[in-house]
Amino acid sequence: MANIPQEEYIFKTTSACAGCSSSLCLRHILKAAGPDSVLVVPACCTSVIQGIYPNTAFNIPVYNVAFAAAAAVASGMSTALRAAGRKTNVICYAGDGGTVDIGIQALSGALERGTDFLYICYDNEAYSNTGMQRSGGTPLGAATTTTPGGKTEGKKDLDLIVEAHDPPYMATACSAYPIDLYKKVEKALSIEGPTFIHILAPCPPGWRYPADKTVEMGKLAVRTGMWILYEREHGQLSISGPSKNAMRKPLPIEEYLEKQGRFKNIDQRSITVLQQQVERHMARIAREAEGIC
Amino acid sequence: MSERLAISKPVKAACGKTGTWRTFRPVVDREQCNACGLCAMYCPDGCIDDDQNIDLEFCKGCGICANECPKKAIEMVREED
Repeated sequence: MANIPQEEYIFKTTSACAGCSSSLCLRHILKAAGPDSVLVVPACCTSVIQGIYPNTAFNIPVYNVAFAAAAAVASGMSTALRAAGRKTNVICYAGDGGTVDIGIQALSGALERGTDFLYICYDNEAYSNTGMQRSGGTPLGAATTTTPGGKTEGKKDLDLIVEAHDPPYMATACSAYPIDLYKKVEKALSIEGPTFIHILAPCPPGWRYPADKTVEMGKLAVRTGMWILYEREHGQLSISGPSKNAMRKPLPIEEYLEKQGRFKNIDQRSITVLQQQVERHMARIAREAEGIC
Repeated sequence: MSERLAISKPVKAACGKTGTWRTFRPVVDREQCNACGLCAMYCPDGCIDDDQNIDLEFCKGCGICANECPKKAIEMVREED
């Protein structure tokens, strides 16, 4: 922990809910990025927790943009800054709705253009800013306000979509492992070109669990294999420490599901499907890490 | 020019004193605490400093610190009135 800087770039405090993962992630992301950074934030929780005009809790430049535009705005910003000879970090910080649903074409475009920026998607698996509506990132069986009986479709695999663009660096992280996240942000910003980090961000009111369990929930996601921490640098995949341990003997996914109110009414069939998906995903990542596929 | 653009300025307490949201207050047991710093790392709002002093003006009382403390040195105590 000694190497994480003491400086805070968010003043006390944002209006985020008690126990918010997004605030926790952002604290550590900004520590890694340092003061010479610009945040581009599309509509998401982070655009409403900053404070009420003319005040903001964020002590670095933030540009609030339209839902579909984050990566496109970052492209222009990065090009302008580089043309002016500045090394300023351009960081998109978008939710899962603004990434896997509405912002995907802008993200795809920016990755294809080779924009020098870091795109971070913090994934709380629904549109929680507007009251927890289903998104493309919501997993099978999860109840939201628009899928009260549980979602009947699976979670869109954003990482595979990003991987298809072959960025020089991409990683997954989780709010329960801030040191791992810090190192990944540091590494992503040291690499030129488009980089991408996908963070699982448990959401107490949306996932319906007590606020003090945020970190516990993130750890359970990793220990059950529902979320795998890895990084892929120039096509070379390496599994991060916590997931390496978890994948040797993963916990059954029920331990993760039963602690969340959103999975209260999930049926056995969906649990089996989820368990099979988790096993397939783990096997695929393990094969890739060994260089088999 | 900047007067005509909607630019917010960074200030402390931009969202008010969020300590008023709290129903349970974290209390550190100094006998148990070994100053590992995990509570400060996990606090979503950065309300805990290096010496485990908790800024009660802003602490929202989420209880992550108490839940994650390996020594169980933080207790959540109900706020009176």
